[in-house]
Parts: sequence; structure tokens; C-alpha cells
Amino acid sequence: MKRKTLKLLALSALTASGLFSTQVNAAELVPVVASFSILGDLVQVVGGERVKVTTLAGPDADAHEFTPSPADAKTVLGARVFVVNGLSFEPWAQKLAKSAGYKGETVVASKGVQPRQMAAEPGHDHGHAETDPHAWQNPLNVVQYVNNIAAGLAKADPGGAAAYQANAAAYAKQLKALDAQAKAQFDAIASARRKVITSHDAFGYLAARYGITMLAPQGVNTDSEPSAKHVAQLIRQIRHERIRAVFVENMSNAKLIEQLSKDAGVRVGAALYSDALSGASGPASSYLKMMQHNLTQLAAGMTLN
Amino acid sequence: MNETSSVWDLLIGPFAEFAFMRRALVSTLALAVSAAPLGVFLTLRRMSLLGDALTHAVLPGVALGFMLFGLSLPAMALGGVVSGLLVAAIAGVVSRATALKEDASLAAMYLLALAVGVTMISRQGSQLDLLHILFGSALGVDEQGLLLVAGVASVSVLTLAVFYRGFVLETFDPSFLAAAAVSKGSRPWVWQQLFLMLVVINLVAGFQTLGTLMAVGLMMLPAVSARLWHESLPAQLFNASVQAAIAGVAGLLLSYHLDTPSGPTIIGCAGVLYLLSLLVSPGGWLPQILKRPHRVA
Repeated sequence: MKRKTLKLLALSALTASGLFSTQVNAAELVPVVASFSILGDLVQVVGGERVKVTTLAGPDADAHEFTPSPADAKTVLGARVFVVNGLSFEPWAQKLAKSAGYKGETVVASKGVQPRQMAAEPGHDHGHAETDPHAWQNPLNVVQYVNNIAAGLAKADPGGAAAYQANAAAYAKQLKALDAQAKAQFDAIASARRKVITSHDAFGYLAARYGITMLAPQGVNTDSEPSAKHVAQLIRQIRHERIRAVFVENMSNAKLIEQLSKDAGVRVGAALYSDALSGASGPASSYLKMMQHNLTQLAAGMTLN
Repeated sequence: MNETSSVWDLLIGPFAEFAFMRRALVSTLALAVSAAPLGVFLTLRRMSLLGDALTHAVLPGVALGFMLFGLSLPAMALGGVVSGLLVAAIAGVVSRATALKEDASLAAMYLLALAVGVTMISRQGSQLDLLHILFGSALGVDEQGLLLVAGVASVSVLTLAVFYRGFVLETFDPSFLAAAAVSKGSRPWVWQQLFLMLVVINLVAGFQTLGTLMAVGLMMLPAVSARLWHESLPAQLFNASVQAAIAGVAGLLLSYHLDTPSGPTIIGCAGVLYLLSLLVSPGGWLPQILKRPHRVA
């Protein structure tokens, strides 16, 4: 008699838990934390309606310089999956996970991506090359990103594995279409004219993918101060190569490049988005929109060259 | 012929060819003329670290400007000036009304301001480095920045010239000034506030156009070394301006030819002048050593 009731109880518990795992409702969303806005968008795409994504460094925030708050530590602790970019893009994320005592699944989105070295700046021969963390600037790398995210989500929530795979595969198609379109667009521009100037060289992967030459007046770090020689070389180069395409980034110090382009007699193009999405009303509210915006602006600028 | 052309390339060419070099030069020289003499007064008042304190004191104003008007440079700069002035003014009032010295009350005020500023920026949820956006680089000075520095320099030099006696008295003998002022019916703290205002507008104009390091460095380093050279105040003021100007020109040229960051290079040149002054100036180390045996004998 007693045994029977126990069995019955166990059975009902099993069916109940089974019910819950198949029928994901609002209370049962998988809590996922992404380190910065672009990853947040990708996680939302892959996770669909099964996940609740929280982004630490939000739109227009500099993920390089982000300082997490205690509330962020609490958010991470409450997550079942923590998605980071890796490639030393957000050194604070690892520290945060450790100090919060996070025990869940950590996904390094860039795992498996062929890393690029940071382009050495002209005149800056320090003899050490650093890995460029901005791998998402090549849409083909993002295929790897979404696959990694899908695998990570599936580990934490095996019931959704098929849905995550399907979402990732569908998004990969969009990414490849975006890449093909961009490739065609830039191939139509003579390679000698595929030159632009930006204030922050976060676009190494993009430049390598589409054969664009990017010149930067500042180093990789947003806070490094340029030398007079470097700026002078750049102005000479602009004049000499007749570059008309100058772009500023959405969050670095734009004063220098605006002034520089005035000196060299060129027009400044729209802001490009490299490390963060724009707000919902901006031109780069999602990863795909950001890439569309950047690629269109770059191509339009080059046609002026 | 060949020699003259190489000297031209070395010293004049960079300025002749590039407008950004000319603007950097003019703004640096303007700051040298106006800020370095103020630095001498600051060292005399034992407030050499005021400049550093004020770099933090502007933060709440900058944050407020950002919260109200978004990423607008004029709003953020104005906010910075207001909060810098407010911090300096409150610190001045506290030091006059209580037993605290000027530097102590200023230290307390700027730390409070920094805390308020950081809290405001965090509340905003944005991780933008506001100060980084606001603070300029000597190579990125635009026409507006040039006008700002030149305007501030003119106002500050003229004010210093007109009220020179008051500033000197207030620095060296505040009690005499207070006695004299009371007999005349004016208020002695006006001098202190006026002086601090000059310092704040010079610094904020400097931050915005040339960067923090440049603004504070050009104000203080030449001033400190100038005190080693002369006994008399006018000579010290003049010496400080000249040293700041030399450091500015040499630093820009070195940054151009040696490919080094401009701001740190200019301050580095001021540092070299300081080291030289420490060694060979009348108040420096070598003359002291040479003097000593005579004294013993």
C-alpha cells in the first residue's frame, strides 16, 4: 500500500516535470546573460521564445571599458548560460563570473573562429601583435558564433536543442546572404578605391573579408593618444591617395578625426557601429541591421574616392 | 643652402605644412601665457595639487550636462565649468569660515564631487567614458576650441594684470588684506574667489581642447621650476610662461619628428626643464653644493 502510493507520487512528479519541460511557459524561460549588446541580439535570435536574455554592456556602451555593478553579478548568478565573446574582448566578464561564483554554462561565442592579428599601425612598431577580438565584423564568423550559442543553450536546456539548431541554421542562411550581397557590392568597386579612414580600427575582420584598406589615426585602444607624426602621415596619405571616405565610430573620440578630415578637405560620413548596437530607434538596433548600415555607408563613401 | 632647408624642415616645416600643428601651437602658447602664471600663485599658496583635484571636480557637471542634453559638448563643458567653480567656491568658503586650510577643504569637496559624478553616470546606465569624450587632444583642436582657449587666456591675463596687487596681497598676507579691506568696506574673500575662478576656467578650457594632462601639466610644471630661478614674483611669473612656451614648441616638434604622443611629449619637455632647473638654477642642487664649503669656512 505504502509502496504503491510512493510509486504513484513519483509517477505524478515525473509527468509533472515532463509537462513542464515540454511546455515552456513564461516562468520557465531559460535565463541567459550576454556580455554585450551584439551577443545579446544573437542569443535572442538563437534562443527565440525559450530564453530570457539580459545584456550587461547595453547599446552604445563601450564593452572594453565596462565596469560591472553588484547588480550585474546578481544577474550573472541567476543565469543558466553566460555568453561572452572571448579573444580578450571583455576581460571583466571572466572576473565577474568568478567573483559572483557562477557555476552555470559559459559559452565563448568566438570559439573556433580563425583569429586575426591586430594590424600594426604605420609608424608604431612595438614588435608585438595582439589578437583582434572584433571577430563578429565578418558575418561568416557569426555563423560560428550562433552555432556555439546554440550548442551552449542546448547543454543548459536539452529539450530545446532542436529549436536552437533550427534557429541558428535559419540565421546562418541570412548571414551568408548578407555576406554574398556585400561581397558583390564591394567587388564592383575597384580595389584601388576600396579605402576608408575610421577613428577606431575595430573593422579588421570586415576589411580582410571584403578587401578594404582601413586607415586609422588612433590605435586600437580608444584612449591611446596619437603622435603628431602619425596624424601628419595620415593627412599626407589622404591627400596623396585622394581618399574621400572618412568615418567616425559611434563612441570613440570623434573630435580628432573630424578636425583631421577638415584639414585634408574631405567629408565625414555617418557613424559606423563596431562594438555596440544602437538604441532601438537607431540605425543599428540588431546585428543584421548594424552590418547592413555599416556596409552600405562604407560602400557609399568609397564611391566618392 | 642645404643646411637652411634642413633647419626649415626641422623647425618650421611641420607648422607650415599642417594646419593641425599650427592650431596645436597657438593653443599651447595661449595656455602657456595664461595658465603658467596662475600655477605660480598656486605653488605660493601651497595648492599645487589643485589642478588634479579639479579634473575630478568637473565630473558631476559633465554628467548633469549629459543627462539633460545628451552628448552635447557645449552642455557638458558648461556643466563642467559650473561644477568646478562650485567646488572651488564652497571649498573657499569653508576654509574662510572654519579652521580647515584651503587644501584640506578642497580635498574634501573634490572627493565628494567625484563620488556624486560617478554615481550620476552609473545611474544613467551608460558606460560611455564621458570625460574621454569631453577631453581633447592637442592635435584635435578645432576652431571653436582655439577661440575658447584664446578667449580664456585673454580674460585671464587681463584680470591678472588689473587685479595683480590684490592677488599678491591675498596670497602673501591675507590678514593684512582683510584688515585693509575691512577699513575700506570691501570683502577679502572676493579676491580668493576671483583667483579660483581664473584657475577653473583655464583648466576647463585646457581640458576640453588639449586634454587633462596638458592643462594641468602646463599650469604646474613650469610654475614649480620657475620658483627655483627667481626671488621676485614678476620674474617667476614671466619665467613660468617662457618655460611653458618652450616646452610647448619643443614638445610638438618632438612629437612630430619622433612619433610620440603629443600631450605627454609636451609635458615631458616641461619635465626636462624642471630637472635642469633642479640642478642648475640658483635655488637648485648644484649651486647649493657649491655654496656649502664657503659657509662652513
